[in-house]
Amino acid sequence: MEQTSSKFNQLPKSWNLVFNLILIVLCVVCIIPIILVYAISFTSEASLSAKGYQFLPSEWSLDAYRYVFRNGDQILQSAYVTIGVTAIGTLFSLLVTALFSYVLSRRDFRYRNVMAFFLFFTMLFNGGLVPSYIVNTNVLHLADSFWILILPYSLSAFNVIILRTFMQQSIETAILEAARIDGAGEWYIFARIVIPLSKPGLATVGLFTLVTYWNDWFLGQLYITNPKLVSLQYMLMKLQSNIDFVTSNATSATNNMLMAQIPAEGARMAILVIVLTPILCAYPFFQKYFVKGLTIGGIKG
Amino acid sequence: MTFLYELRKNKVLFLMALPALILLVLFNYLPMFGVILAFKNYNFYDGILGSPWIGFKNFEYLFKGDAWLITRNTLLYNFVFIIFGLILAVALAIVLDEIRNRFLSKTYQTILIMPYFLSWTIVALIFYAFLSADKGIINQALTFMGMHPINFYSETTYWPYILIFVFFWKSVGYSSIIYLASITGISPEYYEAATIDGASKWQQIRFITIPCLKPIIIIMTILSIGKIFYADFGLFYQVTYNSGALYPVTQVIDTYVYNGLTSMGNYGMTAAAGLYQSFVGFVLVIITNWIVKKMDKDSALF
Repeated sequence: MEQTSSKFNQLPKSWNLVFNLILIVLCVVCIIPIILVYAISFTSEASLSAKGYQFLPSEWSLDAYRYVFRNGDQILQSAYVTIGVTAIGTLFSLLVTALFSYVLSRRDFRYRNVMAFFLFFTMLFNGGLVPSYIVNTNVLHLADSFWILILPYSLSAFNVIILRTFMQQSIETAILEAARIDGAGEWYIFARIVIPLSKPGLATVGLFTLVTYWNDWFLGQLYITNPKLVSLQYMLMKLQSNIDFVTSNATSATNNMLMAQIPAEGARMAILVIVLTPILCAYPFFQKYFVKGLTIGGIKG
Repeated sequence: MTFLYELRKNKVLFLMALPALILLVLFNYLPMFGVILAFKNYNFYDGILGSPWIGFKNFEYLFKGDAWLITRNTLLYNFVFIIFGLILAVALAIVLDEIRNRFLSKTYQTILIMPYFLSWTIVALIFYAFLSADKGIINQALTFMGMHPINFYSETTYWPYILIFVFFWKSVGYSSIIYLASITGISPEYYEAATIDGASKWQQIRFITIPCLKPIIIIMTILSIGKIFYADFGLFYQVTYNSGALYPVTQVIDTYVYNGLTSMGNYGMTAAAGLYQSFVGFVLVIITNWIVKKMDKDSALF
């Protein structure tokens, strides 16, 4: 057995090679499907109908993208919806979550356990989809509104647990105490001390929230019929389900309008690429916060 | 009295918690009272409160019908996801940990976690490119080899395998990260001592790494057992394109409730299915937490 003074735990070269090979194969499996859709989006429509989907298009073309950008009224509108919902939703959710997490992190607050239980109970039991649907549409009258795309996801018990744990671990009670003695009010302490010290925790929770809003199609599918409020993900889904399986319940006016605009096979993949690329580009920058959050939050909850 | 005193003393804290509390009431607690729907013959004009009570009729109807099928599908898929998910994630974490080159290790991680960040809409369309009847990669390959193409979206045989593959494709990198973080936390002294004693790599993995991971493996597994009555809606709805021909092997409680709500219009029975899920799920979480508490008090949820 080869031994170096510092690295007892090192694998022999042959094993190192085997492990690297395993990981390379897995990475290829992860990436290949994604490469395929990029390739399809750059394939000419003629080649698609003649030869089907190919990793290496027999005829390259930018037509799909030209088509999408020329006829893209609905796409542009949907992009506004997605960007608007993601930006406003993430900020709103972060604010509400941070405020609540801070209150729950204050060990000297008498009602913190009651409030924490009020939150945790929602993880244990829920009314289910049908009651939620009826409450949101018939009681709160939120159907076909911008806020129905934001509010249901804005407070997640999981995110509050991550952020509260983070605040408890990284903010010393002594600092808050000192600020109070200096005459700082609660709002001042929250804005000037708690928020800056919680930045890594906020980044983690922010990433989860951002991805949730960006990727959501469910709320749109359930509550939205107005084409002006159809998000990119939902639009993509409608296009796909129309082309192959015109199901019994997919005959609304929205569908017809979308279908009239974007019939092309390659255009669909081009839209997918447009929706997909921002997440793929942004995520590596967030990765370290994400891993950190997972390790804090994973243990509890 | 103490409440009023607290309210005055900590006015700002209450104010800070208020938005969150309002959201919880509107979107979580209000629908909880809606579960009475499961015991009613709901019609739109009388509303939730006005509709007539019918006792357990909705449940009777449900259990005479699809309850067995959707429960079986949900449980079987979740068992596979939990057991193989655990093995794959731990194995992957161990392999990743052995990569000493930091840059390579980071790159592998970035790529392996990537699919987790794609929406189910996108994942469904990506796999459609492989499974499509006329243009899909798999059918092109089959035709090339002189075999008959398969109409995947109406053929139940392959779907258990397809869904399991897609699930792991999307999530295994993500779930391995949590085990990787724990492995990184194991003191190197154990391995140094083992190496001096002449332990092989396999022995080290078996007698040091796995035992050190045991607490977190137990907790993660028990937590997912608590959620065994819930299925990933996106996986079963989007990836199958909600194709009716596939229902015998793809319909789970979540998609059943959704389809009931949007196409059948039978609110009462659909609400009953939802309540059945919530209730059994609740009992499972309570039992789960009780077991966790017995084993390791700090890891309990409440």
